[in-house]
Amino acid sequence: MSACCDTSVATSSQPATSGFRSVAIVGPPNSGKSTLFNRLTGLRQKVANFPGVTVEHHVGYIRNQRDEEVALIDLPGIYSLTPKSEDERVTVDVLNGHMDGTPKPDAIVLILDATNLNRHLVLAARVIAVGLPTLVLLNMADSLKAQGGSLDPLALARELGTPVALVSASKGEGLEIVQRFISTDGQPTPTIIPVIKTVTSDVVRCREWACTVAQNSSYQKPIPSAWTKRLDGLILDKRWGPIIFAVVVVAVFQCIFSLGQPLSNIFQALLDGIGARIGALLPAGLFQSLLIDGAWRGVTSVLVFLPQIMLLFLVIGALEDSGYLARAAVIADRTMKQVGLNGKSFIPLLSAYACAVPAIMATRTIEDKRDRVATILIAPFMTCSARLPVYTMIIAAFIPEHRILGPIFGSRAAAMLGLYVIGFLAAVVTARILKSSILKSKDSPFILELPPYRWPTFRSLGLRLYDRCKAFLYRAGTVILFVSLALWAFTHLPLRHGQPPDIQDSLVASVGHTIEPVIRPLGFDWKIGVGLVTSVAAREVIISTLGTLNGIDPESHALSLQQALHSQLTLGGAAALLIFFAFAMQCTSTLAVVRRETNSWKWPAIQFTYMTALAYVSALLTNILVTRFFG
Amino acid sequence: MILKMIFNFAVRETPMSEQEVRLADLREGEHAILTELDLPHHTAEHLMCLGFIPGVEITVGKSGPGGDPRVYNVDGSNVALRRDVSLNLGVKPRLWRTQG
Repeated sequence: MSACCDTSVATSSQPATSGFRSVAIVGPPNSGKSTLFNRLTGLRQKVANFPGVTVEHHVGYIRNQRDEEVALIDLPGIYSLTPKSEDERVTVDVLNGHMDGTPKPDAIVLILDATNLNRHLVLAARVIAVGLPTLVLLNMADSLKAQGGSLDPLALARELGTPVALVSASKGEGLEIVQRFISTDGQPTPTIIPVIKTVTSDVVRCREWACTVAQNSSYQKPIPSAWTKRLDGLILDKRWGPIIFAVVVVAVFQCIFSLGQPLSNIFQALLDGIGARIGALLPAGLFQSLLIDGAWRGVTSVLVFLPQIMLLFLVIGALEDSGYLARAAVIADRTMKQVGLNGKSFIPLLSAYACAVPAIMATRTIEDKRDRVATILIAPFMTCSARLPVYTMIIAAFIPEHRILGPIFGSRAAAMLGLYVIGFLAAVVTARILKSSILKSKDSPFILELPPYRWPTFRSLGLRLYDRCKAFLYRAGTVILFVSLALWAFTHLPLRHGQPPDIQDSLVASVGHTIEPVIRPLGFDWKIGVGLVTSVAAREVIISTLGTLNGIDPESHALSLQQALHSQLTLGGAAALLIFFAFAMQCTSTLAVVRRETNSWKWPAIQFTYMTALAYVSALLTNILVTRFFG
Repeated sequence: MILKMIFNFAVRETPMSEQEVRLADLREGEHAILTELDLPHHTAEHLMCLGFIPGVEITVGKSGPGGDPRVYNVDGSNVALRRDVSLNLGVKPRLWRTQG
């Protein structure tokens, strides 16, 4: 196998270069693989997808000692190379050069956790047996030393036939060796491979081999961190565990509202100020209107939620990096079991509170296909950050603030919490229905490794936020800008005697009036109707739409968006709009990612139909009930 | 294939002795030696990759609410298993611990 692949490398690589052009980073989950990748590439990386499969990976670039660019491919974390999960199949395919669109890597950087070497050497055997030049990095050398462990890297290098180095990816110690490794011209195939190959087919024999190798390298196992044991004693305690769990979940949301809201307000004032400045510089007329009422107003009405969304990603990222989320999965498992899912679905569902797109990608850790599809289908019911601005706007316009429980918990917070609960209940009920009908399956085994607790590093959190921030700004700069401009154009057409028409006679009004009969029973007028149409692109677009429409309409021009809303909706209509947004599937990015992850149009189609129908019926009932009892 | 042979062999040739119990039967803080994995092939292999290899010592740790799933310490790593998995893992309790 390796012999034939070696020749394909020689023929497929670029004209007579020395050194490696692409290097794959391989390692088990929780070995610090991403930390290493981020350390090496910094911001010079992008998220990519292998064609035809759902596995996302990062590609970054570094320069070797001859100043040539080398591509680093961050492959998914794996426990073994038997292709039983999608992650492992991708890794195997990439390493063997069978992945379309990704050339076979010239070399492998294998990262292992030095504090748990015996187990990880089993993976090392399989990776080395692939036959590519391999550098073995033993990460967490600092923890190994601090916990009284030790190892002779030279002896291990002799045993494995590959270069070996003790490093600390989080502190950036010892990483120069990667530079040196990628600058080499390849190495002779280690003679150890035939020996390794005889043991890789059988875990038990492989493990025996690993123990011998570790022993020959004078590996002294570290004493497990007392902190992890002590913290687990508290966090998984019978009484305290669930309490801490509840406190953490509440704290996440409290943090978003009480900290994020003021930040968003400051940001909004700033953006409005800039808009007013630019508007004043331009001569009044169509161009000024296009730029300020169309583009700026539309884009900034969504942009103001950037601080809140970043905060949510920061908190969830910190929980994940610290190791708490895995414990939360253990605590949540029993509850998730009630609806037919397992604790592993908890992590994607919690991240769905930030955004359904990364949440749906995170479902890859769920091995059972049916459980995974069920989790994907219910994830968009979780109140994502794009719903937050819509809720905030409507609640602020319609619900007067008065205290319920002390100074922090008022009627508005209660309404918001209620909407979160409604979304969660819809998810739970849907899961229950799915798991007892079309997605029925036997309980899949719940096997979850709990990583040791670690301090989240600023660097990895920063990179994560940078990634998300970029994606959000990209969306604001493309989808939302486009919708805003198109909407502005539609409100200024058809031209009459070279002048834009009154908004009542514009194209957008005729679109709105066409769908009005359908949404009238829900208590919505034509402007909201236009908002519902445009928000299919992304939920928060309804705000920019209403912002643009009310900004252009002379009747509501002077009003703030909240005042304008108040004049166009009844209380019943406002409640119906909230419920509609809680249930409806208005997010093309989510639909696209569901299509990609399930590899069929069937599931996104079912999801869209189900959620829209549920949204319509519930909004209708809400309007009728609220109007009867409170109207 | 070889794995399967080992398991079949283990299941057939070594009936549950009086000393052998299920991992799920142990209580927090107890220690035991893993003797068999009576599970479908891919589940067993996944567990073995995580360190659950016959002969290894397992320490029973904390659990989620109601005792399920439970965390097991194997060879330096912590792995949470649901009861339906740990019921299928045969172990030999370390007597000097369990008697006390």
